[in-house]
Amino acid sequence: MTSKTRIPIKLQINGHRHELEVEPRVTLLDALRDHLGLTGTKKGCDQGQCGACTVHIDGQRVLACLTLAAQAEGRAIRSIEGLADGDGTLHAVQAAFLEQDAFQCGYCTPGQIMSAVACIREGHAGSDDEIREYMAGNLCRCGAYPHIVAAVRQAALEIASSTETAS
Amino acid sequence: MRDFSYLRADSIDAARQAAALPGAMLLAGGTTLIDLAKCGVTEPETVVDITHLKGLDGITVDDRGATIGSLARMSSVADHADVKSRFPAVSEALWQAASAQLRNMATIGGNLMQRTRCPYFRDPANFPACNKRTPGSGCSAIGGVTRGHAVLGTSEACIATYPGDLATALVAFDAIVHLGDRQVAVDDFFLLPGATPDKEHAIAPGEMITAISILASAAARRSTYLKVRDRQSYEFAAASAAVGIEFEADGRTIRDLRVALGGVGTKPWRARAVEEALKGKLLEPDTVRRASQLAIEGAVDHGANHYKIELAPRVVARAILKMGETA
Repeated sequence: MTSKTRIPIKLQINGHRHELEVEPRVTLLDALRDHLGLTGTKKGCDQGQCGACTVHIDGQRVLACLTLAAQAEGRAIRSIEGLADGDGTLHAVQAAFLEQDAFQCGYCTPGQIMSAVACIREGHAGSDDEIREYMAGNLCRCGAYPHIVAAVRQAALEIASSTETAS
Repeated sequence: MRDFSYLRADSIDAARQAAALPGAMLLAGGTTLIDLAKCGVTEPETVVDITHLKGLDGITVDDRGATIGSLARMSSVADHADVKSRFPAVSEALWQAASAQLRNMATIGGNLMQRTRCPYFRDPANFPACNKRTPGSGCSAIGGVTRGHAVLGTSEACIATYPGDLATALVAFDAIVHLGDRQVAVDDFFLLPGATPDKEHAIAPGEMITAISILASAAARRSTYLKVRDRQSYEFAAASAAVGIEFEADGRTIRDLRVALGGVGTKPWRARAVEEALKGKLLEPDTVRRASQLAIEGAVDHGANHYKIELAPRVVARAILKMGETA
């Protein structure tokens, strides 16, 4: 496959299959927002520095702005739109962000939440210091960091206790 | 970002062949390539996507050493239990670099190929002069804002700092870069700028990093990576040190010592003078501090980066003494 004109790609996003034609330079971020109307993933710096575009690929948090859409073919992509249950029940991290008032303007929030879900799953939410270190890739221009740390801590505890109950 | 052709490699040979084409560049993680394409610094004709190649992401650690496939992610290597126990400096250098998201994307081979963060290099629209980008065009950094620039290994053509953490640890432990069948010592893989700062790596068109390997050693097992920076996380080093130490049976006399510096040189900087000065000596704070001054022998500052000349030896000394505490 080599082409400088538009190329056909198939993306698996939040369990749904999408077929689209894009220029090879189109990033996953632009594909989500401009081609598929999934605008929950935010464009902050578009330079890999702010974390607003954080999504999961094959379960790992990555930056959609530095990922080519074509490169993501064949991978399982999850964006903020795919986080809540089908019936609208919020993910524990989403609920914790609301409860802890972990945002002001809200622009970085989808990236923060996607990053936090992965941070907890990776086992890097064991203390406030660890949360700060492993959430460092998500900048908040409003400076809501103390509440973000509180939300991640709360969600980590809830997820740990619900996992224990389940097992 | 200028458009390019996209080619997904389905084998190492196909990747190498495609990479030999004029204007072709390998996409191993994208955290440097796509970033610099957006800055207008790199303008690939063809992006050769090697992220779907199989079999290059293995991590093997045994009594002889470690072999890490070039497509292993930074996060996988940082979290690998045997890398942590046998090469702690390598794991620490990795998890203290970039952010969790970038470490999930960036690969070990791509990490070695990362480019400088010199703000003049990264801004061709405002600073057309850059010998690294356009040979012979001059250096905008010299005479400019130099707070982050190198003090070791600079030339009249370029003072750009090598930004990476991993390679600093690799240089300390004499890692080998595997380019298929060809092997290059990591210290030789990174080139000094001299009169040709555009040539950064000992790699030819059509070659591809396939793995890195590190020999096991007592010094590697007892090692650390100390990174000092403007903020506590998600920042490049103001000065850093990878240090490994092996003591004689008395637990106080230094038998083997490895020291490399990051954040201060135009390439990852092995400080052999510090190592030689301390081998056979007792680990004592004054001795270590005096010897650590040798780390910045030959340093040249450009004003605002003078602090690195004072900072680097302190970072080296603190890292060595920290390893002594755990004796």
